[in-house]
Amino acid sequence: MISLSDFLIVAAILFGISIAGIIINRKNIIVLLMSIELMLLAVNTNFIAFSYFQGNTVGELFVFFILAVAAAEAAIGLAIMMVLFRKSGTIEVDKLDLLKG
Amino acid sequence: MTAIQILFYLFSTIAILSALMVVASTNPVRGVLSLVLTFFAMAGIWLLLHAEFLALILVLVYVGAVMTLFLFVVMMLRVNVASMREGFVRYLPFGIVLSLVIVGLIVVAIGPKQFGLTSMPIPPTKDINYNNLAELGMVLYTQYAYPFEIAAVLLLAAIVAAISLTHRKPHQRKIQNIGKQITVKRADRVRLIAMPSVKKMNVSDKPSGETS
Repeated sequence: MISLSDFLIVAAILFGISIAGIIINRKNIIVLLMSIELMLLAVNTNFIAFSYFQGNTVGELFVFFILAVAAAEAAIGLAIMMVLFRKSGTIEVDKLDLLKG
Repeated sequence: MTAIQILFYLFSTIAILSALMVVASTNPVRGVLSLVLTFFAMAGIWLLLHAEFLALILVLVYVGAVMTLFLFVVMMLRVNVASMREGFVRYLPFGIVLSLVIVGLIVVAIGPKQFGLTSMPIPPTKDINYNNLAELGMVLYTQYAYPFEIAAVLLLAAIVAAISLTHRKPHQRKIQNIGKQITVKRADRVRLIAMPSVKKMNVSDKPSGETS
């Protein structure tokens, strides 16, 4: 049968891939947002695996809340991206220096 | 090798390969579609973990709503792929090394020694009347009712923020402005011009003297 560590290792590999994606594609804000979604997916898989193996429903409930927050984050992130694209005509991360930070 | 193991390895292989395609894709639309495939494969893994409700929610909400939103936004933007991938080769070794280090550390921490079948045995099979949805609802609507309400308010705030960020006033709509209409004066519209009378006038050229 499949042990808990197998599920956790799959989630860890997904997490590592998304970290590599954030580092590699640091100019492309779309891939950055998608990597964050991938990271949340890996963390959610960890929660569900522990919840199943410990026989505790609260872990699955936490995944429910994480999904709600991630949906809100994606919606607002994409809205900000649209506004930036309308204002400056580009979505490259290093050209977004409107605030002179 | 049981059927469940075959399914697990199949789903995890699909998930990892499509996640790699998300990270390495040149075309953003293809990246979003690969992410959809990743979500489908992980929903299969969640089904193997007996989280039926969350697996369906992942497919319905994530693939059905969030990824569709991503796809629409990506199609609306004009992306310059060549300049987007400028630092790709330069940061590639660093990214691979860092992610390998992190994955290695996590695998050492969660390896079969800690969470193998001996220390974490498979939980006993639930009886036939077990309902994952009812079980979740029992906890969600009693003990965690207040966080549930807060999540609802958060989603409402996200709706308001997203609409107010992207909404812009219609600028080419021919709408009647009644206040402007009833406050108009005669002097604004009518102009009287004195000009000498002309003897001959063709049909083709219109009288240009009095405009109203």
